[in-house]
Amino acid sequence: MLSLDMAFWTMAVVTVVSAAAVVLLKDVFRAALCLVLTFMVVAGLFVLLSAEFLAVVQVLIYAGAISILIIFAIMLTRDVHQGNPSNRFRYPALVLAALLLAAIVLVVIKTDWNQLDSRVLPGAPTEAVGATETGVKNVFSNTTPVIARLLLRDFVLPFEVASVLLLAAILGALALVREGEG
Amino acid sequence: MGPVTQANSFYRNLYGWFDSWLPDSLDWLAYLLAALVVVFAVANLVLVITILFTWVERRLLGRFQARLGPNRWGPWGVLQPIADAIKLLSKEDIRPEGVDRWVFNIAPVLLFVPAVLVFAVIPLGKNTYVANLNIGILFIIAVSAVSTLAIFMAGWASGNRYSLFGAARGVAQLISYEVPMVLSVVGVILLAGSLSLVDLVEAQDIPFLLLQPLGFIIFFLASSAEMNRTPFDLVEAESEIVAGYLTEYSGMKFGLFQLAEFAAPFGASAIMATLFLKGWEGPVLPSHLWFFLKVCLLWFLFLWLRATLPRLRVDQIMGFAWKLLFPLGVLNIFVTAAEVLAWPDPSTAQLWTMAGINWGVAIGSLVVASRLAGNKLTSRPPLAPMHGKGGRPLGERG
Amino acid sequence: MLEDYFRQYGLIAVFIAVAVALPTSLLLLSWALSLARIRPHKPNPVKSSPYECGMEIIGSRWVRFNFRYYTFALLFVVFDVETVFLYPWAVYFKQLGLFALIEMLVFVLILMVAWAYAWRNKALEWR
Repeated sequence: MLSLDMAFWTMAVVTVVSAAAVVLLKDVFRAALCLVLTFMVVAGLFVLLSAEFLAVVQVLIYAGAISILIIFAIMLTRDVHQGNPSNRFRYPALVLAALLLAAIVLVVIKTDWNQLDSRVLPGAPTEAVGATETGVKNVFSNTTPVIARLLLRDFVLPFEVASVLLLAAILGALALVREGEG
Repeated sequence: MGPVTQANSFYRNLYGWFDSWLPDSLDWLAYLLAALVVVFAVANLVLVITILFTWVERRLLGRFQARLGPNRWGPWGVLQPIADAIKLLSKEDIRPEGVDRWVFNIAPVLLFVPAVLVFAVIPLGKNTYVANLNIGILFIIAVSAVSTLAIFMAGWASGNRYSLFGAARGVAQLISYEVPMVLSVVGVILLAGSLSLVDLVEAQDIPFLLLQPLGFIIFFLASSAEMNRTPFDLVEAESEIVAGYLTEYSGMKFGLFQLAEFAAPFGASAIMATLFLKGWEGPVLPSHLWFFLKVCLLWFLFLWLRATLPRLRVDQIMGFAWKLLFPLGVLNIFVTAAEVLAWPDPSTAQLWTMAGINWGVAIGSLVVASRLAGNKLTSRPPLAPMHGKGGRPLGERG
Repeated sequence: MLEDYFRQYGLIAVFIAVAVALPTSLLLLSWALSLARIRPHKPNPVKSSPYECGMEIIGSRWVRFNFRYYTFALLFVVFDVETVFLYPWAVYFKQLGLFALIEMLVFVLILMVAWAYAWRNKALEWR
């Protein structure tokens, strides 16, 4: 559909431009705002992919929560207006970013995007629904219950480990605060 | 393009009408025009009701405080909002030096958008909604989370220390109350098994207010804190930080902030009417009227709270959110989950038993929690002497 | 089904556009009034200095924040992530049954440890 293509390309361009602005802007606060814009447009891209649950989570967690965290972190720094002076981490960071990009490109190329994992599809006879169009449409007409089933039945351990990770984040941050005060 | 199965009847008729005289190749135009008309109508309806509410609210606040309220313009002062609009539009727009111009201008718009956007998914009557998303309530929560950012932008762009303090406090308060608010909705979702607001209304055999008293109370308190009004209006505590993030705003930009602030209780009442009071459903009267009446009732409750209680202190507010509302929200979720497990498909009698249990749990846990945590909400003594050092607002040193 | 899905989100997109256009047009109207000289525009140095209760501004406008703001933001992020797990669980709970209740209980209890730790370390106090 033409309108969907148009929507995709508009959002893709805005994503890339605002992401570039995050890196290039001198003013750190404005850079953070551009990052939030990137988050929101990515949510729009999720909507186009029929992943509406992920889209709202993207807005809620990234645009609503992580952005606040980032801004408070910025407020802890000394000189926001002067921006981030270049430092000796520049080249290591470049190498790391390049590696990450390579990894992402590799995954994108290697993955067979037309095949859904049999676990994703609701109902038992996987071969019957398999990768047929109706099966896919059934999954993507309402993704929330599918995500719930996957999290709580098939990926129980990662799910529980996630909470341990969150616990560790809080304990670490509080320990840092106490050191800072002492 | 195929038939619009889920969109509301008004929209469907409008689309059909546009489609009937536009050529087939211009289907997208019919869609767009119908969408624009419907959306424009809903957004403006929200604004008009909000503006009317500002007048009602000021009159009622006058009553609460044994004075008249606005009474000069038109009968009973009903034209006061129009006078205010003209005043705000024609006031000088002062932009102090040192503001971040772009951010300063975008902030009021960004605060306004979520206040209106929540009405995109709320059913205003039977079959009357702009969109029925199957993630409805989560959409509302995500969209309103963005307003936090707008407040911070306003405070930061003003280049004023009072603004920055007001914004930082406001954001801290907003994020703290968002957690219990989001938790309190989970009980409702457990009972209904859906996130779509239409499904949530239709799942209420008896109003969820009866089945989720604790959730209702938490949502009510948390959302009145999210609105930044007394008793939670620290963001703009005049005696401490001038007008908070609004300090440097004037003219129409200030007006937009006010409009968004007045739209907030309307939005919250509409959400609560949908979640807890069966939304548009009711006997005899038309569904839209039922919905509006429920909204008015809840909105009056918000006003009552505002008019009755004095402003709380920062430490009290933060303690209340994290030490009282948060654990109660978690408790509510698991009590409800256990009940849903016991009666997956409850009969009427079982529903009433559930309601009884939940009211018992609500009252009991509120009493116990306030006994346990009541004195521990803050480590400060209850009547601390005033000790703002160096003219800075309390609690803002550092 | 998918067709309908995109129509719904198309409506949401239109709603966002209108919700942005309304306040913007109000601001533009106010600006047009200043062009028509109905709205005054007479800046002067005193008027356009930042408001400080009538005092001259002392020191930088920049204030470094206390760390406690960051702590609260972090707690918020963590418990917000928790609710993101809770929502799909709640939607599908009737089909999942007892095991899911236990799983979620473990999940939330682990996070409540963090909450209790924060309380004990006075991270929930506003000092």
